[in-house]
Amino acid sequence: MRRTTQRRIRQGVLYLVFAAAVVVVAVSADWERLKTNFLQVDVARDQLPEMITIAAKNTVLFTIIAFSGGLVLGVLLALMKLSTVLPYRWLAVAYIELFRGLPALLTIFAMAYVLPIAFQVHVPGGTVGAGLLALILVAGAYMAESIRAGIQGVPKGQAEAARSLGMPAGRTMVSIVLPQAFRIVIPPLTNEFVLLIKDTSLLFIAGSTLDTKEITTFARDGVINSNNSTPLLMAAMLYLLITIPLTRLVAVLERRLGRSR
Amino acid sequence: MTAAPAPVAGIPAIEVVALHKSFGELEVLKGVDLTVDPGQVVCVIGPSGSGKSTLLRCVNRLEEPTSGGIRVEGIDILDPEIDLDRIRARIGMVFQQFNLFPHLSVLRNLTIAQRRVLGRSRAEAAEVARHNLERVGLMDKVDAYPAHLSGGQQQRVAIARALSMDPDMMLFDEPTSALDPELVGDVLDVMRDLARSGMTMMVVTHEMGFAREVGDELIFMDGGAIVESGRPREVLSDPQHARTQAFLSKVL
Ligand SMILES: Nc1ncnc2c1ncn2[C@@H]1O[C@H](COP(=O)(O)OP(=O)(O)OP(=O)(O)O)[C@@H](O)[C@H]1O
Ligand SMILES: [Mg+2]
Repeated sequence: MRRTTQRRIRQGVLYLVFAAAVVVVAVSADWERLKTNFLQVDVARDQLPEMITIAAKNTVLFTIIAFSGGLVLGVLLALMKLSTVLPYRWLAVAYIELFRGLPALLTIFAMAYVLPIAFQVHVPGGTVGAGLLALILVAGAYMAESIRAGIQGVPKGQAEAARSLGMPAGRTMVSIVLPQAFRIVIPPLTNEFVLLIKDTSLLFIAGSTLDTKEITTFARDGVINSNNSTPLLMAAMLYLLITIPLTRLVAVLERRLGRSR
Repeated sequence: MTAAPAPVAGIPAIEVVALHKSFGELEVLKGVDLTVDPGQVVCVIGPSGSGKSTLLRCVNRLEEPTSGGIRVEGIDILDPEIDLDRIRARIGMVFQQFNLFPHLSVLRNLTIAQRRVLGRSRAEAAEVARHNLERVGLMDKVDAYPAHLSGGQQQRVAIARALSMDPDMMLFDEPTSALDPELVGDVLDVMRDLARSGMTMMVVTHEMGFAREVGDELIFMDGGAIVESGRPREVLSDPQHARTQAFLSKVL
C-alpha cells in the first residue's frame, strides 16, 4: 500500500514536469514567426507534388540501392572475416576499419570527385552513381560486423548436421547458416536501413540535377527558391513518414519469424 | 529409391586404427582401435570427457584426427584425395541436441540434403521423406516446424532425416541424453527397430538396458582409450577391469 502510494506520487510529479515543459515551450515560442517561416500553405502547395514524386521517391530508391549493395558486400566481408585464410581476414578488417572510420560525407566526396581525377575512373550514373557507390561501401562496412556476429550466433551443431548429411561447406552456409543468421541480424540491419535513409541526405555533396534530388537537397533548394523555411518542415515530416511505418513493419515481421522458431 | 550398395563380405563397415586426437595440448584420444562389422551394433559407454563423442566425430571427420587411420567400407577417409561429402552422405549421424534446421519444415529438413547432395527430384525426395517419417511414427508432422515438436519427436525426425539419405551406417551420440525421461522410450524403440532391420550402428549412450538388449558389442572408454570391450551382457555383469567396475557401480 505504502509503496503504491509512493509510486503514484512519483508518477504524478513526472506528469507535472512534462506538462510544465509543454506549457513553457508553447508560451515562449514565437508562434507568429514560426508560422510565417515554416507553415506557409502556398509554399507547401507549390513544393509538395515534386517533393513526393521526385525527392521522396529518390530517397527511398537510393536507400534501397545502398542497402541492397551494402548487404551483399556485408555478407562477403563477414565471410572473409570468418575465413580460415589469413589474408582474407586482414583485408576484411582493414576495409571495415577504413570505411567505418571515415565520415560518409568524405567517402561520397572521394568517390564523386577524387576517383575520376586520380584514376580516370567514372562510375556509371554520374556523380549520383558515385555517391551511391560510396554509400554502398560504407553500409557494407557497417553491416559486415552485424552479419558476422549473426553467423557466429548460429549454433555450431547446425553446420555440423548439414555437413554430416554430406552438404558441402558453401551450400551449408547458403541454405542452413545464413538464413538463420539473418533472423538474428534483423534488428541491427533495420537500424542500418534507417541510418541509410538519413545518410542519403549527404548525397548533395556529390551534386545533383533536378531528377536526382533527394528529400534534403530538394528542401534546401526549396528554401532558397521560395525564400521561406516551410520545405524544411515538410522534409522532416516526410522522413518520419518513411521511417516510422518501416520500423513498425519490421517489428511485425520479426514477431512473425520468431513464431516459427 | 536407390538401394544402399551391398556391404562387401569381409570388409568392415568402420575400421579405426591407432587413432590419436589432441585439442592443442590436451590429448583426448590416445590410440583407439576398433572394428564395426556390417550389420553390427556397437555401443560405447564411459565417463564424461573420456572421448566418446570425439571418437564418433572422427569417424565422419567432423573432427580431424591427429594421427592414426580410419577406413569406412574399406575407404581411407583421411586420404586428402577422397570426396568427403560423398562418404559423409553414407554415414548418418544423430546428435544429442537433435540439430534439426529450425527455419525449415520437417519435410524440408528431410529433403534438402537428398536434393542437394544425392540430386533426387522433389517428388522422389518427398516420397523417401514420408516413408522414413512413417518409420519413426511421425507422418502427421510432415508440415510442422521443429519448434512445435517435443524433444522426443525432434530426435525421431532427426533420425528420419539421417535415414532419408539411405546411409550404410548410423552414428548416434547420446541420442536420448537431452530428453525428458518419459520421451526416451519412443526414441529407443525407433533405434531398436533400426538395429533389427540390419543397420550398422555405433551408439554412444548411457542407456545400459538398450546396450544390453540391442548391442552386439559394448565398448567401455576411459581417459581417451578403450579399457574393455566384449559382449554387452558379459561386460555389464562381469566387468574385468577395475575402472569398468567403478564406472558401472556408479551408473547401474
Ligand atoms: N573442440 C574442442 N576443443 C577443445 N577441447 C575439446 C573439444 N571437444 C572436446 N574437447 C575435450 O575433449 C575431451 C573429450 O571430450 P568428448 O566430448 O569426446 O567426451 P565425451 O566422452 O563425449 O564426454 P560426455 O559424456 O560429457 O559427452 C573433454 O575433455 C573435452 O573438454
Ligand atoms: Mg559426448
